[in-house]
Amino acid sequence: MTISNKPIVWGPFAAGGTVTAFVTPALIGITLLAALGHVPDLLDYERLHAFAGHWLVRLAIVAIVFLSLWSTAHRLRITCYDFGVRADTLVATVVYAVAVAGTIASIVFLARL
Amino acid sequence: MAQEIGRRPYLREVPKVRWFFDHPRYLRYMARELTCLFIGAYTLLLVVGFARLAEGRAAYEAFLAALKSPLGVAFHVVALGFAIYHSVTWFNLTPKALPVQVGEDFLPDWVISGAHYAAWLVLSAGMLYFAGAF
Amino acid sequence: MSERTFELEVLRYNPETDREPHFQLYSVSCEEEWVVLDALNRIKETLDPTLNYRWSCHMAVCGSCGMMINGEPKLACKAFLRELPDRIRVEPLAHFPIERDLVTVIDDFIGKLKRVKPYLIPKAEKALTEGEYLQTPAQLKKIKQYTLCINCMLCYAACPEYGLIPKFIGPAAIALAHRYNQDSRDGGRAERQQEMAAALQQVKIASTVDWYQEHLMPWLRK
Repeated sequence: MTISNKPIVWGPFAAGGTVTAFVTPALIGITLLAALGHVPDLLDYERLHAFAGHWLVRLAIVAIVFLSLWSTAHRLRITCYDFGVRADTLVATVVYAVAVAGTIASIVFLARL
Repeated sequence: MAQEIGRRPYLREVPKVRWFFDHPRYLRYMARELTCLFIGAYTLLLVVGFARLAEGRAAYEAFLAALKSPLGVAFHVVALGFAIYHSVTWFNLTPKALPVQVGEDFLPDWVISGAHYAAWLVLSAGMLYFAGAF
Repeated sequence: MSERTFELEVLRYNPETDREPHFQLYSVSCEEEWVVLDALNRIKETLDPTLNYRWSCHMAVCGSCGMMINGEPKLACKAFLRELPDRIRVEPLAHFPIERDLVTVIDDFIGKLKRVKPYLIPKAEKALTEGEYLQTPAQLKKIKQYTLCINCMLCYAACPEYGLIPKFIGPAAIALAHRYNQDSRDGGRAERQQEMAAALQQVKIASTVDWYQEHLMPWLRK
């Protein structure tokens, strides 16, 4: 059996790994502050609504969501194999489907703003 | 040709599930791979957040309130730890994956990793500032 | 010149008489500057002539004496006793079938090296009258690191992917293919890609190269 190597599967994974390495900690930091009670200005309803209304911001959000979910999916697929789960085709289908579904969902929600 | 001696090679099986407990190096590798779970979960949380944002002020405020729960805080702290571990392992790996040759010699690892760390710090600070964290 | 007594717990396996491998304990007095290979040689010379293991150069260039020493893949000629505890567990290299005692079956490894076409495949036919291939020091330096592989198989013993998926072509074969792909005289990347395609996992490659460079090849000079 073959674990996928195709550049088209691996490419977004590598890009996603890089993107999440650069932006995810800061993103978590922002919402962590909100969770601790110090809601940052940008997370105020009006401001966030306006911010996410800009087409460039929406594009960035969808790109970040897609790349993050895809790299998660790819890593999870391989990790499942490392954990002894041999049904690679099934695992791959599920994880990549979730990544795509999450991306489509983000597009839909942003469109509804 | 020498007489064939009875050969019976013996293959030691690798435990399919518990192999990574065999060595600290393997454990760190697994921890690195498992960072993906938390990054993925957090990303889905963001998607939910945008869903609530689209539903209106009340739904969004409820979402923020849910973040403030003990579970919400705990998840953020754990996710942050794993996200940082992902960043550190990723930046440390980059020089090996992308060696840069300048003239005859290769750039030392710390130059490439260091540049990533520096960019990461600047970007993170910029993002936090832009969001109004300070 | 002081001596120290070591307890070597060596995995034995005789295919003609044993159903499975078992450990045998040897107590051997060693000089402080010795390596594990010296201890094994003393065992074979004075205690148990039936002990089997591969070795040759005794200076970490031939790659013959790879084995697991306290769970770490090491060259026996490079495992210094002064850095080891009194009790040392010696086993054949992990992830390879055991032929006898510390000798493993390496056919799979050799086959994989062959599969990556480890020879120059020129970009175009070049007549002898056109002269030799020229290569700058910078072009040589690009591949130099990958030419230094001594085929010791420690990286296969260290690699969890190879242990779990024996079909995986493995670190040394990939490094060897890379050595030729990156050679300025070579044009055979597409041909090698076929073999690599079935077994290449980019993340694993980066981590494996990182791992084996960091831990198993301290003499690599950048």
